[in-house]
Parts: sequence; C-alpha cells; structure tokens
Amino acid sequence: MTPHFLTRTLDRSATIFLLVVAAVGILIPLSNLLLPADSPLQVPTYLMALFGKYVCYAILALSIDLIWGYCGILSLGHGAFFALGGYAMGMYLMRQIGSRGVYGNPILPDFMVFLNYKALPWYWYGFDMFWFAAAMVLIAPGILAFVFGWLTFRSRVSGVYLSIITQAMTYALLLAFFRNDFGFGGNNGLTDFKDILGFNIQADGTRAALFALSCLALIIGFFVCRAIVTSKLGKVLIAVRDAESRTRFLGYRVESYKLFVFTLSACMAGVAGALYVPQVGIINPGEFAPANSIEAVIWVAVGGRGTLVGAALGAVVVNYAKTVFTSGALAPYWLFMLGALFILVTLLLPKGIIGTFNAWSESRKARNNANADSAAAEDGVTKPHLAEKA
Amino acid sequence: MTVTETPAPAAPASHGPAVIDPVVAAREAEARQKRITSAQLYLDGVHVSFDGFHAINNLSMVLAPGEMRAIIGPNGAGKTTMMDIITGKTKPDEGDVYFDGIHDLTLLDETKIAELGIGRKFQKPTVFESQTIYDNLLLALNVDHSVRGTLFWRGSRGEAERIDKVLETIRLTDARDRLAGNLSHGQKQWLEIGMLLAQDPKLLLVDEPVAGMTDVETHQTAELLKAINRDNKTVMVVEHDMTFVRELGVKVTCLHEGTVLAEGTIDQVSTNDRVVEVYLGR
Repeated sequence: MTPHFLTRTLDRSATIFLLVVAAVGILIPLSNLLLPADSPLQVPTYLMALFGKYVCYAILALSIDLIWGYCGILSLGHGAFFALGGYAMGMYLMRQIGSRGVYGNPILPDFMVFLNYKALPWYWYGFDMFWFAAAMVLIAPGILAFVFGWLTFRSRVSGVYLSIITQAMTYALLLAFFRNDFGFGGNNGLTDFKDILGFNIQADGTRAALFALSCLALIIGFFVCRAIVTSKLGKVLIAVRDAESRTRFLGYRVESYKLFVFTLSACMAGVAGALYVPQVGIINPGEFAPANSIEAVIWVAVGGRGTLVGAALGAVVVNYAKTVFTSGALAPYWLFMLGALFILVTLLLPKGIIGTFNAWSESRKARNNANADSAAAEDGVTKPHLAEKA
Repeated sequence: MTVTETPAPAAPASHGPAVIDPVVAAREAEARQKRITSAQLYLDGVHVSFDGFHAINNLSMVLAPGEMRAIIGPNGAGKTTMMDIITGKTKPDEGDVYFDGIHDLTLLDETKIAELGIGRKFQKPTVFESQTIYDNLLLALNVDHSVRGTLFWRGSRGEAERIDKVLETIRLTDARDRLAGNLSHGQKQWLEIGMLLAQDPKLLLVDEPVAGMTDVETHQTAELLKAINRDNKTVMVVEHDMTFVRELGVKVTCLHEGTVLAEGTIDQVSTNDRVVEVYLGR
C-alpha cells in the first residue's frame, strides 16, 4: 500500500527546504520592519528587494525543473511565461497609477497618451481590477503553453527540436512586445508604478509583504511540485522522460501528460513573473530575451536537475554570484563566467549540487551498511542474504 | 486537494471490460456480428516501404485466439517492422490489419492499441531504469491511465496483490525495491515479460525474449511463455534461437524479405528448401 499523502510528499530534504523558506519569509520582513536601521541584524529594504527577486527566480527554476527534470521537456523559452505573468501584473499596476501619471490621463497610461492612443485597447479592459489581473497571471501563460504544447506534443516534436521552437516562441514575443503599436509600452515596457491594492509600492511595509508573499508562493509551488512528482503521475512523467515510446506502448497518452505539466509549469512561471514585477518596479520586453530563459535552465542544471530543492538553490546561488560579479571589475566577463559554469557543471557535476550531494550521502550509507555486514560476517555470523549473493 | 479523501477502489474494478453495461453489451454484440474474421490477429496484403525499401511485402498472417506462434527469419526479414505495424508505431502503405476481427489497427495510435489489449516486449529490453522493479510493474498495470487517474491514484490491495503475483512469476520478489537499471540483462528481459503480464493483454508480441540468456534461463522462459499461453493468451514470439523455438513446440512462420516464406511445424519449416537456403544455412 502507498504511504500517506503528506509523508510521501514531505521527505527529509523537502521538509528542511520548506522550513528554511518559511523562516526566511518571516524573519527577513520582520527584521526589516521592526529592528532599528542601525542594528547589524536589520535587513535593508534594497537587500530585501534583491532577495525577493531571487525567490521569484527560484519559483521559475522550480517550474523548469518540473518539466525538464521529471518529464524531459527542455524548454528554452520559459522566460516567456515568466514575462507574460509579469506583464499581466504590470498592466494592473499601470491602471493603478490613474491620473497621477505625467500626462494626468485618468484612463490611459502615459505611454498611450504619448503614442496618441485615443482609447484604451480592448485587451487592457479589466486590468484595473486586481482579481482580473491575478487571474490573467495564470491564464495568459497557461493558454499560451496549452496551445503551444497541444500543437507540438501532438505532433510528437521533442528533444532539441522542441527546445529550438520554444526559443523561437520567446524570441517572437520579444519582437512583438518591442513594437510600440502592440500596446504594451514598446521597448520601455511598463514602469513608474505607484501602488498595489492601495498600498504604496515603495513603502517598506509593502515591500516586506511582497517578499513574504513570494516566499509563500515558493512554498506552495514547491509543495504542488512535490505532490505531483511523488504521485503515480510523477512515476509516469519519469517513465516518459526515460523511455517515451515504451510508455506509449503501455497505454499512456504521453502527449496529455506532457501538456498537463507544461501548462502547469507555465502558470507557475507566470506567478513568479507577477511577483517579480512589483519588486523590481519594471517589466520590459527584455524579459523575453532567449538568453534569460537559457540562464534559468543553467540555474536548474547547477542546482541539480530533477531534485526540485536543487533548482531553487541553483537559482539563488547563481543569481547571488551574478549580483556579486556584475557589480565589480569582473562585470564585463559575467556571461563568460556563466558559460564556463555551465560547462564545468555539465562535465564535473552532471547531477548538480544537490544531485551530487544525494549520490554521495547514499553511497556513504551503502558503504556503512556494507561495513556493518562484513563486521558481522567476521564475527562468524553468516548472513543468509550474503551467502545468496556469493 | 482531495487526494486523501478519494476512497480506494475496493476491487480491481477497472481490470478489463468486466463490468456488464447493457449499452456496451449491445454494442459488443453488434460488433461481433460485424466481425470480418474470427481471428485474434489478422494481417492481409500488408505493404510497407521506407524510402523505396520494401520492408514488408504482401504479408498475410492469421493468429487464432489463444494461439502461440513463433516467427523466425533472417535479419531484415521484417519481423520487428511487423510488430511496429501491429502496435501502431508504423502505418502500412497498403493492406488490412485487424484485431479481434473488429478493430482496424491501421487507424489507431500506440496508446489506443495498447488499451485494446496488445502488449509488446521489445528486442532490446526496455524497462524504466531509474525506477524500482515494483514501480515498473505498477506502471504497467492495466488500470486507469488518464492524467487525472494517476494524479489522484491511491494503491489498492487488489493492485498490490497482482504485482506480487507477477513478481513471483518472474522470480524478482526479493529484488522488488531495486532499480531496474541495476538488473542483469536476463533479469531485465524477465522484468519486461512481467510488465506484459501486469498489462494483462489479449495478445502478446514478444521480440527476442531469450537473447543474452543462459540455457537454463532460456528453458525457464520457454516454460513461462507456455504458461502464459495456457492462460488463454495469444502470443507471437520472434526468436532466432532454434532450440528455444523447438521447445515452444508451436506453429512456426518463417519471414523473408517482408513476406511469409513458410509456415508449419518446426520440422516442416526447418526442412523447407527455401528456409534452409535463406535462413538456416546448409
């Protein structure tokens, strides 16, 4: 019989991960708000916003690990879903500005006035309501992923070809969003946000709440991913990853499984983007850049593909390194370092940080068991299963 | 999430079309009348060519329900391609392929064909290497294969018992929690046969089951396949090992260049001049 749902979902490393994220999500905002500014333990707001960015990246990394690590779908365009979620949130924040914009138009955002728009385009309707924007954060990436996945998975496009098409998808969106007449602010994107749900977006309290919410989203996303990969569906996904046609011959409709996780993963990426935008204060077409999506895949590879915890860890570690190295003399070489990191990880740590650690701790456990067995054998006790092995 | 509230199915309810629904029964009766053949598997005038190479050439073959058939033939005779056609992996250019006399297999995809009850063991043992032996069999069970069904799946006693029984049959009970990738070649072959058993199909296509096995294992495999066949399953075995084919003691079909060269008992086929010439050698 199968173990209980919760014990199955929360193994040791999953529990540790959730506790750490929860602690970070509670302690950092508290320290920012309650401790005096001169206290060494006080986390300044700019740092909290930076960590909040990492947390959003961790959610994106999780969504990539779910499809790549467990189902073998290597999406090199997941940044597109992240950016779509971000744009949905950005549109809400733009509508919140109201008449406080430079041109003071109560309906039209500044860039529309500037570009001589006479009325709000129809696809901006509804974004003045938070619930509508929040739904769009899930729906817009979800629908794109569903349609894209339906077309590709049904035609059995997989492997490198699928990766290339996902790159093309995000590049096409990049070009479209760059256009001024596309209605999303062209290359300037959406920015100058004032408030969210009536709270000043620059205020420490709002920032702290956004950070805590990002951690909560990471916890929920992680829990959903764990629930999926530890269910029987997770076993089917791994079967698809390792031997797709075998899975078909067992009577599984592989394309439905791929479509399900791909769409779910895109929705997760959308949530990550939506939490990212209010914390960094801008969304522009640069987020659709193919290089962004590739970078996200590198985070997962560095942390450990197919481990979930590793994906989140990789996102934080690589982005922290990015912050450190791009702010000093080494800044022009960051992309080279990132590339070198990817090559080194592929060659030396193909399982990533967490995967290598897991393999190491398992082999140590096995060695300890073997030692215990041989010690017992030396005592003159012949274990039946050892005799059988011999 | 309602996972914890979903009651576990009491019995292996979804195990085959055992539930008698009057609508389904009527439809099946109608289908029986429409049957174009009483054969379990019926191939007629099948042609397949890849870039001008005629892999299958006017191939016709009939397997009666409950029959076991051995297929022999030189490399490139089209044995594996034939299995590809039956399981929906390859679509024939011409010809009829019927299962149970009613299902036109040329119109269906792999998943649908597997659901109809056709199981396949591949030439190169294909098991899910990074999963345990138990999970391999669990995945093979012919239960609900829908996304929702597997997402909210909770094991039942009936399923566990079926897996235990298969584990016993393929002698891997002690290895149930080992990763399939760590098994020996022969054990993988058996695990794959076990997956076929868990799938519980009406027709089993078994491609080179004893390749890489010792004589003892070969003998055991022959016994296992005979036992499966006695269980009223139709079995098609492709094999090069003539001792093994002889041990099966069933009707033999020799393929050559994508068509049937000879058919009959092993003695008839192995003394056929053409078979000796192209396959067995003088």
